[in-house]
Amino acid sequence: MTGLGKLFRTTAFKLSFAYLVVFTLFAFVTLGYVAWSAEKVLTDQFVSTIETEIDGLAQQYRNGGLRRLVNVVDRRSRTPGASLYLVTTELGERVAGNVGALPPGVIDRVGQFETLYNRTDETDTKPNVALVRVYLLPGGFRLLVGRDIEERIRLRDVIHRAIGYSLLFIGVLGCLGSWFIARRVLKRVDDMTDITRDIMAGDLGGRLKIAGTGDELDRLAQNLNDMLDRIGELMRGMREVSDNIAHDLKTPLTRLRNKADEALRTARTPDELKAALEATIEESDNLIRIFNALLMIARLEAGNAREALAEFDAAEAVRDVAELYEAVAEEVGVTLDVSVESGESGLPIHGSRELLGQAMANLLDNALKYGAAPDGSTQTITVSAQRVGQEARIVVADRGPGIPEEERSHVLERFVRLETARSRPGFGLGLSLAAAVARLHEGRLVLEDNAPGLRVVLILPLKEAPVPQAVLPSAA
Amino acid sequence: MRILIIEDDKEAAAYLVKAFRETGHVADHAADGLDGYAMAEAGDYDVLVVDRMLPKLDGLSLIRSLREQKVETPVLILSALGQVDDRVKGLRAGGDDYLPKPYAFSELLARVEVLSRRRASAPSSEPTVYRVADLELDRLSHRVTRSGHEIVLQPREYRLLEYLMKNANQVVTRTMLLEHVWDYHFDPQTNVIDVHVSRLRSKIDKGFDKPLIHTIRGAGYMVRVGSVEDEE
Repeated sequence: MTGLGKLFRTTAFKLSFAYLVVFTLFAFVTLGYVAWSAEKVLTDQFVSTIETEIDGLAQQYRNGGLRRLVNVVDRRSRTPGASLYLVTTELGERVAGNVGALPPGVIDRVGQFETLYNRTDETDTKPNVALVRVYLLPGGFRLLVGRDIEERIRLRDVIHRAIGYSLLFIGVLGCLGSWFIARRVLKRVDDMTDITRDIMAGDLGGRLKIAGTGDELDRLAQNLNDMLDRIGELMRGMREVSDNIAHDLKTPLTRLRNKADEALRTARTPDELKAALEATIEESDNLIRIFNALLMIARLEAGNAREALAEFDAAEAVRDVAELYEAVAEEVGVTLDVSVESGESGLPIHGSRELLGQAMANLLDNALKYGAAPDGSTQTITVSAQRVGQEARIVVADRGPGIPEEERSHVLERFVRLETARSRPGFGLGLSLAAAVARLHEGRLVLEDNAPGLRVVLILPLKEAPVPQAVLPSAA
Repeated sequence: MRILIIEDDKEAAAYLVKAFRETGHVADHAADGLDGYAMAEAGDYDVLVVDRMLPKLDGLSLIRSLREQKVETPVLILSALGQVDDRVKGLRAGGDDYLPKPYAFSELLARVEVLSRRRASAPSSEPTVYRVADLELDRLSHRVTRSGHEIVLQPREYRLLEYLMKNANQVVTRTMLLEHVWDYHFDPQTNVIDVHVSRLRSKIDKGFDKPLIHTIRGAGYMVRVGSVEDEE
């Protein structure tokens, strides 16, 4: 596309051009009306002058007959001015007046009209235009009274020329204006395009210029810049995650490889080989678990699981998972204290029972793993679910060492495990997954101090109970 | 049992065919969706194992087409997408079970065996009383007795035993138990299921010479008379 073609295609140019056309039409109509009015005023004036003259002449004719009329016409004809007079016989021969040549037949047309004429004193020049009125007098004589309207025609020409020039000016200036505006806009858009192209090419640090005028282009640039900031943030997050993944997957992968390698080098009996193979399978199962958890978090954060959401009772789900873990807790000497508010409607939630179950399982798993009291006294994990306003609050609280306040937001990140937990099995994904589940449900996960211990609160918005249908009165 | 494996990954398919044959089954293989459809429609298979992503005709469309043709062979869907919504989609398309990749063969085998048995016995012919040796479970009165003595079970324990007895003489894996008794599909990382089974076992088998609930190493559990060779 050529530079000019590009210019003509800009919205600014097209808009300006459309305005130009409309404005030109408007100017044309206005000026045309002015010209028409001016001409009409002049014509009216001529007509009334002619009528006055005729009234005067008629008076003279009534008082003194044709002779008197001829005398008056003769006298008036000699005074200089734009007025025209002519008295002729029936055959068109001039009796008196200052009109010389007339186109043939004019004198026989009775009434008011425009015609060409020559004055008696200027027979050689080209004829002028006049507005005349012709009367039939008794005895076949004709009286012509008129007025030269060359003046009016010149005025009309002037006005017409003025209209022409005005339109030309409007057109030229308008085109120039459109071109100028379009170029200005185009330049800013071109600048933006250049910068975005650079950004697309990999320079994520680039930002669009803000002109500071607060116009729509500025707002657009601002929004694009905000978007770029957000993308940059996400990219950083992704990089962090992939670094973490690289680290936390490489460790078990290396272990796996070393185990196989060691078995290959040192195992002598089939039993030893079998044991080594079983160990590697176990290790790869762990890897698969990490992968699944990571994929799940990624999917949840991308919002891909939304279509699997349906309405369910969170209270029941919490009770189910608690019941699932009760046996295992008892096995390790922990009492699971479950208190689930079970009103008539329960805790209706729009979401995934499966995912909430998984999140709860992770929280209980954590509580069982890390929630042991340091002194080894009888252990209690509290699980509760209740309605608080328009939210369901699901709490899993233990009496373990808890998490220091400054670490709390940190542990919700992927792969983060406190130093104290490094020695125990786990991948550091449980809380991240629970937090991702909370976000999917448009809720949140909060870590609190249980004094002592950790209190994990899963806050999920309740689904509004549908307004009960009014019961129709029975027919009886 | 005749099994048709519809899977485009040659290595994975060869592994499955070999593994199924080793466990005494007949296994055929189709490498793409269209072949798989033709074989499934023509052959008399007990179970179809269908990969979700297949060339020519994808797994879900294949199952849908089979169901439209009134081919009611049980289908187990294998999928690399192990997410909640994928399972729902797979079952909605007409699949009977869903197993995310990667899986342990013992898990796949247990599920395939349960599916083939389901085909053999129509739901209407399901007995109202399950019996294994002297253990009886009455599905109407929800009473469980062994040698005539009533055993009192918690509701969840009852459902656990019911599922185990319904699939008596077959391996039932931990995830299958979690799916059918608790209706959850996630991977229980701790031994939650084992603890529930051992509680159930203490009520059923304690004080009797012959244990009925057996642990199958590396796979799961089985209810049957007599010992199982690789019991722990």
